[in-house]
Amino acid sequence: MEQTYYQPEIETMPREQLRELQLKRVQESVKHAYDNVKFYQDSFKAAGVEPGDLKTLDDLVKFPFVVKQDMRDAYPFGLFAVPQKEVARIHASSGTTGQATVVGHTAEDLKNWGDCFARGIYMVGGSAESTIQVSYGYGLFTGGLGAHAGGEAVGCTVIPTSSGNTKRQIQMMKDLGTDILACTPSYALLIADTAIEMGYNPAKDFKISGVILGAEPASEAMRQDIREKLGVTYCDVYGLSEVMGPGVAMECSVGHGLHLAEDHFYAEIVDPQTLKPVPDGEYGELVFTTLTRRCSPLVRYRTRDMTRIISEECACGRTHRKIDRIVGRTDDMLIIRGVNVFPSQIEQVIVEFPEIAAQYQIVLTNKGPLDRVELNVETVPDFPFDEIRKLQDLKRRLAAELKSNLQISVEIKIVEPKTIERSEGKAKRIIDLREGRH
Amino acid sequence: MIDQLTVFLENEKGRLAAACRTIADSGIDMHALFVADTTEFGVARIFCDTPRKAADALRDAGYRASVTPVVAVHVPNRVGGLADLLEFCDSKNINIEYGYCFSVGKQTAIDVLKVSSELDVEKTLLEAHFNLVRPEEIYQAD
Repeated sequence: MEQTYYQPEIETMPREQLRELQLKRVQESVKHAYDNVKFYQDSFKAAGVEPGDLKTLDDLVKFPFVVKQDMRDAYPFGLFAVPQKEVARIHASSGTTGQATVVGHTAEDLKNWGDCFARGIYMVGGSAESTIQVSYGYGLFTGGLGAHAGGEAVGCTVIPTSSGNTKRQIQMMKDLGTDILACTPSYALLIADTAIEMGYNPAKDFKISGVILGAEPASEAMRQDIREKLGVTYCDVYGLSEVMGPGVAMECSVGHGLHLAEDHFYAEIVDPQTLKPVPDGEYGELVFTTLTRRCSPLVRYRTRDMTRIISEECACGRTHRKIDRIVGRTDDMLIIRGVNVFPSQIEQVIVEFPEIAAQYQIVLTNKGPLDRVELNVETVPDFPFDEIRKLQDLKRRLAAELKSNLQISVEIKIVEPKTIERSEGKAKRIIDLREGRH
Repeated sequence: MIDQLTVFLENEKGRLAAACRTIADSGIDMHALFVADTTEFGVARIFCDTPRKAADALRDAGYRASVTPVVAVHVPNRVGGLADLLEFCDSKNINIEYGYCFSVGKQTAIDVLKVSSELDVEKTLLEAHFNLVRPEEIYQAD
């Protein structure tokens, strides 16, 4: 695909120049936060730092972190850095895990947000000629209005269907000639499957050529399913309401990671235990400092999302560094023999084995000096388990695949069905019996 | 072909007993049992009446159970009886995944083979005058 950019001068800016821009902006943003938010005055003081200490980007590591709880504690307006007359809109997180967090946006913040998302529309081949259907929910959730702002920034025809009423979504998609669909991956798949049930072949019958999907994890198998069923270029969009919303990072057509909007956000990856920065390429917790946000500036916000920086040059020509797909949340992370492991990584390996049922359980023990990892799996009912050789072979292949993906040895145990607990909600996948870990 | 009931069992205390009890509770009579075991799991291979019904009963009780087609051959009780059969299979490129024997009376043994081959193995054996076992000789079919 021929590369066109929404903001070529920014998206392909030479790295040196981009670093200079980041430094200038981070100095302004940290000062803005400090001058206007008591929380930052207190936390900087406690850490013995001042905005003036920021001489280079590397100096940022001296500054204290902000965590989700700080945002909850500041409810509702404690972290706002502008007077209320400048607040153009408020979004809030669902608060399912505690007090809701409120994030404000000035008119300029909203414009920047639209620009960030707009870059992704170009990444799937869109332009002002395109029709974008926004099937994210509209409301306090940032998905709907974020994608909407992106479409308007590009000058697309925007169809704000919001989520729900799937058959009508498909009717609109067909009748109005939607080029780009923005929603969650699971909803995109439901739309595709429903369209197929209705007798259409969306890959051929519909004009749609791109999807911008995010707000929830999607396996590679699911992404491929969506690409094939809808016949589209897939753009993975990352964002979080605390920092902005969808558009913080977006995947270009080259794939292998999502380009960060580095002119608006400064990203660090830190070890979630030591909180020290890790080298590019190593997995750790993603930390953001906002560079242009006026209403709710954040200095070193710990996202709890685990990923890594991909700093290699991208063939698409964009110079902004990429983050890899989110592998998990810091809350889910296991440290096994010193290696960080996420249940999602194990899951990704398991789904590649059609012989194995989706249920699994990881049992961690540490008799002796080393952690021992046992993975309990079940075969699917029609596996020819009467032949021991086939069972042994399956174990061997699964262990080898896990070893190459996780860098740790895992003992595979094939168990009888129903040994692994089924649960309506979240099944208990990890049993940590290691001593001294509780 | 003969229907062998196959049950996957974890190598845990009491699993085989529990599986046999489940079969018994369904009123199904067992005729032969062989267990292939590894350090952490075993596979029980069973001849019983109504093997499909037995497999259903075990699955309902949460076992991994299935009915596996196997070949059973009457082998005369003489020196080299089994060797003749296996050599013949080898000559026809019939691969034997596993096998076991049991005796019925004093005159013949029954050899059970799980085979994989391009050929119709039963037909090939019959043409070579091997004496195949019919299901009703061992169990009540379903």
